[in-house]
Amino acid sequence: MSTAVQSHDPHPAVEPSYLVSKRGLMSWLVTVDHKRLGLMYLASVMFFFLIAGILAIALRTELFTPDQDFMSAQTYNQVFTLHGAIMVFLFIIPSVPAALGNFLLPLMLGAKDVAFPRLNLLSFYVYSVAAVFLIVAILTSGLDTGWTFYTPYSTSTGTAVITATTGVFIAGFSSILTGLNFVVTVHKMRAPGMNWNRMPLFVWAIYSTAVIQVLATPVLAITLLLLIIERSLGIGIFDPAMGGDPVLFQHFFWFYSHPAVYIMILPGFGIISEIITVHSRKHIFGYKAIALSSVAIAVISFVVWGHHLFVSGQSELAGVLFSFLTFAVGVPTAIKVFSWVATLYKGSIQYNTACWYGMAFLWTFTVGGLTGLPLSTLAIDVHLHDTYFVVAHFHYVMVGGTVVAFIGGLHHWWPKMTGKMFNETAGKIGCLLVFIGFNVTFMTQFFLGHQGMPRRYYAYLPEYQTMHQVSTIGSWILAAGLLWTLIYLLHSLFKGEKAPSNPWGGVTLEWATQSPPIEHNFHETPHVHGSPYDFPEIDKSAGGHH
Amino acid sequence: MLFSLLIAPAAAEAALPPSNPGTPPMSDSPWSLLPAASANAEALDTLYIFFWILCGIAFVGMIGVQAYFMWKYRKPAHGHAKTSPLTHNGKLEFIWSAIPTFFFVILFAWGEIEYMKQVTPPPDALDVRVTGQKWSWTIEYPEVKGCSLTNDLYVPVGQPMRLTMTSMDVIHSFYLPAFRLKKDVVPGRYTVLWFEATKPGLYPLMCTEYCGDEHSSMVGRVHVVPQEEYGAVLAKACELKQGDTESTEDFGARVLTRGGCASCHTTDGTVKTGPSFKGLFGKTETLADGSTVTVDENYIRESILEPNAKIVSGFSPQMPSFAGRFDDKQIAALIAYIKAQK
Repeated sequence: MSTAVQSHDPHPAVEPSYLVSKRGLMSWLVTVDHKRLGLMYLASVMFFFLIAGILAIALRTELFTPDQDFMSAQTYNQVFTLHGAIMVFLFIIPSVPAALGNFLLPLMLGAKDVAFPRLNLLSFYVYSVAAVFLIVAILTSGLDTGWTFYTPYSTSTGTAVITATTGVFIAGFSSILTGLNFVVTVHKMRAPGMNWNRMPLFVWAIYSTAVIQVLATPVLAITLLLLIIERSLGIGIFDPAMGGDPVLFQHFFWFYSHPAVYIMILPGFGIISEIITVHSRKHIFGYKAIALSSVAIAVISFVVWGHHLFVSGQSELAGVLFSFLTFAVGVPTAIKVFSWVATLYKGSIQYNTACWYGMAFLWTFTVGGLTGLPLSTLAIDVHLHDTYFVVAHFHYVMVGGTVVAFIGGLHHWWPKMTGKMFNETAGKIGCLLVFIGFNVTFMTQFFLGHQGMPRRYYAYLPEYQTMHQVSTIGSWILAAGLLWTLIYLLHSLFKGEKAPSNPWGGVTLEWATQSPPIEHNFHETPHVHGSPYDFPEIDKSAGGHH
Repeated sequence: MLFSLLIAPAAAEAALPPSNPGTPPMSDSPWSLLPAASANAEALDTLYIFFWILCGIAFVGMIGVQAYFMWKYRKPAHGHAKTSPLTHNGKLEFIWSAIPTFFFVILFAWGEIEYMKQVTPPPDALDVRVTGQKWSWTIEYPEVKGCSLTNDLYVPVGQPMRLTMTSMDVIHSFYLPAFRLKKDVVPGRYTVLWFEATKPGLYPLMCTEYCGDEHSSMVGRVHVVPQEEYGAVLAKACELKQGDTESTEDFGARVLTRGGCASCHTTDGTVKTGPSFKGLFGKTETLADGSTVTVDENYIRESILEPNAKIVSGFSPQMPSFAGRFDDKQIAALIAYIKAQK
């Protein structure tokens, strides 16, 4: 097999970018360049986002009327399961860390690459193998357990549970390897002068995420392995008929999957810190508070899993403790939101598309955060648990939080990644459609939830019809906004203007190299002398804290 | 009540006959809460409204400040304005950490107090046994011998009821929206739910833990009746005998409702988890092993008592046995009903 063609121009006037420094398909398939891997991840996660998004639209369309319309009960159950499983395991978890994180982390640290470039390539292929398993599961007998695989349903259903859980099991290893790589990169690869207090907040967020990935994902692997063994050998660990406990699975599962919520949202927080500072030309307000609150969230996230089990029959004492700890995780989250708003104070805010997404995030994520409070409150959760209120809440956090931040980040770093500018007007139209569509879809579901509409129903009581229809129409607007965004971004690749190295006026290190960057990122190792948010527009004479 | 404007009148109190096989109407306004039909529901609504007021203020305040900053500190038309060198403010950060913490503690404590009431049944509560299975609820009253209802729970007003629940197969969750209560129903153990209904009426009961194909059909009814009528209403509900003027097919239809058969078997030809009854009688079906069976009285009877004995190809063994639940007359009526579905 031929290796990549090396283009060694002895006297390059301008060094070619990482996109063209090597050519040919093989140069991409065996690349160890974190930027190329970032792009490959980006293409993969966007593909799965599209697939799972189409499934979501199918679900919402089925729910347009209270009766069964075009999907049978079995089909509906498989579609919501695949929507959840693909969105969580193949899109959201790898979205920011593996796509944007891979691309940006070494650039922001002033490094040539991640600590273990080959391991990084391995992570990508492990992820790809996992995706193949999930696709095979879809194409064979489907999967109808919900993305949570609760026993004993998952041990008794006739669908492809083993194939699918094997896929998720393998995806976990990709997550662990990426996390490990990032932890070592942050510890060892920082440019001279970049101490822990000078790291961009995106790096802090990716670092906290990586720690959770490394510590929590093995528990998921163990849990899924137990499920596979239970299903194939019938050892009875979750089977009450053999002295096992089906609720034990839920404890195991959420011990991973609650921290995983923060694997999904923390990187989004990092993006927002970068977007808000750069587009307002302000030093971040409360750098230490934001950085340390990421770490605090990462730590507390390990001891709140029991709030998924408030009505499962777990002991009352456990319920009370988990309720208290869940409120505790709200404090560092609130601190972050307040700090972002305070950053806008006396700034010079430039409303680029990325900034629009940043502002939209403050709205959607605040709704997501506040509606977590009644779900943490024991007595209220008893009513709202497993209703559409929960569906609305976690979509506000996952979509309103992570996905909005991700798309904002994509716009923020698109010129850096591709070397092309997209059309700003098109971008703002897209953001508006996404924002309106998203709020119409999910705001409605809070009302459905407190009126008692349970989750995972393909047919429902006619009283709920109006709200379901509003929600469905919202989902179409959201889909239109996302498709529109996809189209103009792809268009910019061919017709977009050439991007300057620093289109938004950022001062973190990725803006100090050309767009798109050269293969080894920087011509010379950069030296860091101050804060990542020390913008030239800041009025040094005005006094203030330094 | 203070928040009466926000709470819709209990529409379910309307004069629906207790035998109505449909589901009771709930509030149809998106802006109102559900009917509150238990002491717990009323207490919880107060807490819930407190939460919304608190969060409303927090949200409007935060978004208001954001919107003001967004407008006030927008970039000038040309170039950039000089921006503030502010990087932190310890006092401000302490205040905005302490205020949420204070309200979180209130929400936590209030929720904890109400929760302890929710999980502590009083000693004089009446016992009811609930069994979840795919995809119906079996409800049994120890004080009425042999009484086994499907998807219908009868309770007297003002009398604490204690439900001891378990599942025959997978995990279900017993949800009473009008009482603001739910509890998972788990195989291999008992879970307990208690409540005291305060308003007569008909309210829905739903499954909220995903349990397979017909999860959406695990919907039942709670009949809250005045104390003085409770004994008679329950006795009548438990009775399952053919009336003097009732045809056998009509009686069969009542048996069908009592068994919860409709969650899997339709009469309009739609195939759900089990075969539709339309045109079923007399058909020749192929079993998984390739042998054939004619759907006659004997096959139907066997399928009711031993559902897994002969499963038609394309279906899976999901049906529970009704041996001991239905007697010969009831089975005969059911067969007559199925025969009549041409």
